[in-house]
Amino acid sequence: MTSTFKRWPVRVLSLLACLLFWHVAASSKLDFGLFTFTYVPTPRSVLDAAWQLFTSSTLVAHLFSSLSRVFAGYLLAAVLGVGLGLLIGRSKWAEDTLLPPLEVLRPIPAVAWIPLAILMFPSSELSMVFITFTGALFPVLLNTVHGVEAVDPRLLASARSLGAGRFAILREVVLPGALPSIFTGLAIGMGTSWFCLVTAEMISGQFGIGYYTWESYTLQNYPDIIVGMLLIGVLGMGSSALVKRLGALATPWYRVRRAS
Amino acid sequence: MSSYQQAPEPGRIDARGVSIRLGQGNQAFEAVQALDFTIEPGEFVCILGPSGCGKSTLLGALAGHLVPSAGRLEVDGLSVAGPSPQRGMVFQHHTLLPWRSVLDNVAFGLKMQGQGKAERQRRALEMLQLVGLADFAERWPSQLSGGMQQRAEIARVLINRPRLLLMDEPFGALDAQTRSRMQELLLDIWTRIRTTVVFVTHDIDEALFLADRILVMSPRPGRFIEDLRLTFSRPRRASLLTSPEFTHLKRHCLALLRHEEGRELPRLTPLGLPDSDHPPLRIAL
Repeated sequence: MTSTFKRWPVRVLSLLACLLFWHVAASSKLDFGLFTFTYVPTPRSVLDAAWQLFTSSTLVAHLFSSLSRVFAGYLLAAVLGVGLGLLIGRSKWAEDTLLPPLEVLRPIPAVAWIPLAILMFPSSELSMVFITFTGALFPVLLNTVHGVEAVDPRLLASARSLGAGRFAILREVVLPGALPSIFTGLAIGMGTSWFCLVTAEMISGQFGIGYYTWESYTLQNYPDIIVGMLLIGVLGMGSSALVKRLGALATPWYRVRRAS
Repeated sequence: MSSYQQAPEPGRIDARGVSIRLGQGNQAFEAVQALDFTIEPGEFVCILGPSGCGKSTLLGALAGHLVPSAGRLEVDGLSVAGPSPQRGMVFQHHTLLPWRSVLDNVAFGLKMQGQGKAERQRRALEMLQLVGLADFAERWPSQLSGGMQQRAEIARVLINRPRLLLMDEPFGALDAQTRSRMQELLLDIWTRIRTTVVFVTHDIDEALFLADRILVMSPRPGRFIEDLRLTFSRPRRASLLTSPEFTHLKRHCLALLRHEEGRELPRLTPLGLPDSDHPPLRIAL
């Protein structure tokens, strides 16, 4: 305990040093040849820009657009990913019919879908939701399949011996057994779905944090770029933490086992 | 009168020419071959044999997890078709559900029968009292010691009042002291809940201490080479282990098993061949 406590000052100092370097580099317009700090705003101006955004009414609109898109796409991916994953993990038939096409689509990064998505969906709103959905689907799906297949066959056998039918086995053994792995997939999926959303918003958005960041670049409001970047980071971190927290609540036995 | 004392009817086992094949293609082999035996209702039978001889395989077939490739395997005149709560199975390592409390694990069979929560928890607690685990009802299985886990496992199986209690080296992974305490506990429970017990072990002392009858099995293909009836009086206590009759029979069993020495076979399980530790990660992430 004391050793981790003693290590905190060093960690804080390291962060402060980075901030200080940023300040010095940006205010003296440091030029390294390969890259330059000429157009990089100082921490002070970023703070001012952030204050301005937080006191203006546009922040709510941007946040609301981004969060509702992520929520819609991610939720759909979570439901479909877990559902399909359970089916594929439990049934050889579903595995043979569903997995091959999914395996073909899987290596295509969600971002590569953007042009086609814009063409396929009449509204740009729907196309962005589709991109976030695609980003989250595969981590959730594959982790669910893996979790289902890793369930101890002895647990399945003994549940059967105790009188569990097909549905009871799914509910009582397979689903809880796969749950830690499912939540790993959900946490990874949350990260990728934010990543995809921001990219999609930069290309076809009208509101949203990604759009705000890109708009700041085109309007040459350079401090706002960094405010946008930090917001994306904070939102992504917050939603991943939320998923992990939900995961810990849903799998209380898992923590005990790892602790013991 | 407690509900667990209502007598379940012990089951009778008839096996005629039972063979079980394991493995696939040219890897396939007969784990047990042409077994003929009858086990009377209420008998405590130990199947004794070296590791890998097929005794667990036979147990898996009795539980309904494996299908004989030849012969007839009947319990109470009905051929075994799939697993059933009437034929309870205890594995070497516990199979309690890690995400259920000890109480809910023991109540699992009653839940599958559709019993209400209050009633099944009351009966599960009664069962836990019988195995001395009432104070641990609310714990997770992972918080129990190995011996406690096996006690919970036995309670979970017995709450279904099975006609057969099938045990696959249930105390094999426990330390010597815990094992001998568990043996006495099992005999004690068995006097209250009468059922036919088929107990697989490679430990001669354990078989002699527990059983009415020992079936000695030779390795691959598994066949019975001795049918030994024991007349030690019950209740049995640890002092039995040092009596002259016990030593005499032990020498006899040692000679039978030594006959087959020099062949190390991989352990078989009631679910067939031991699978690799982890299922292959078919799709890389």
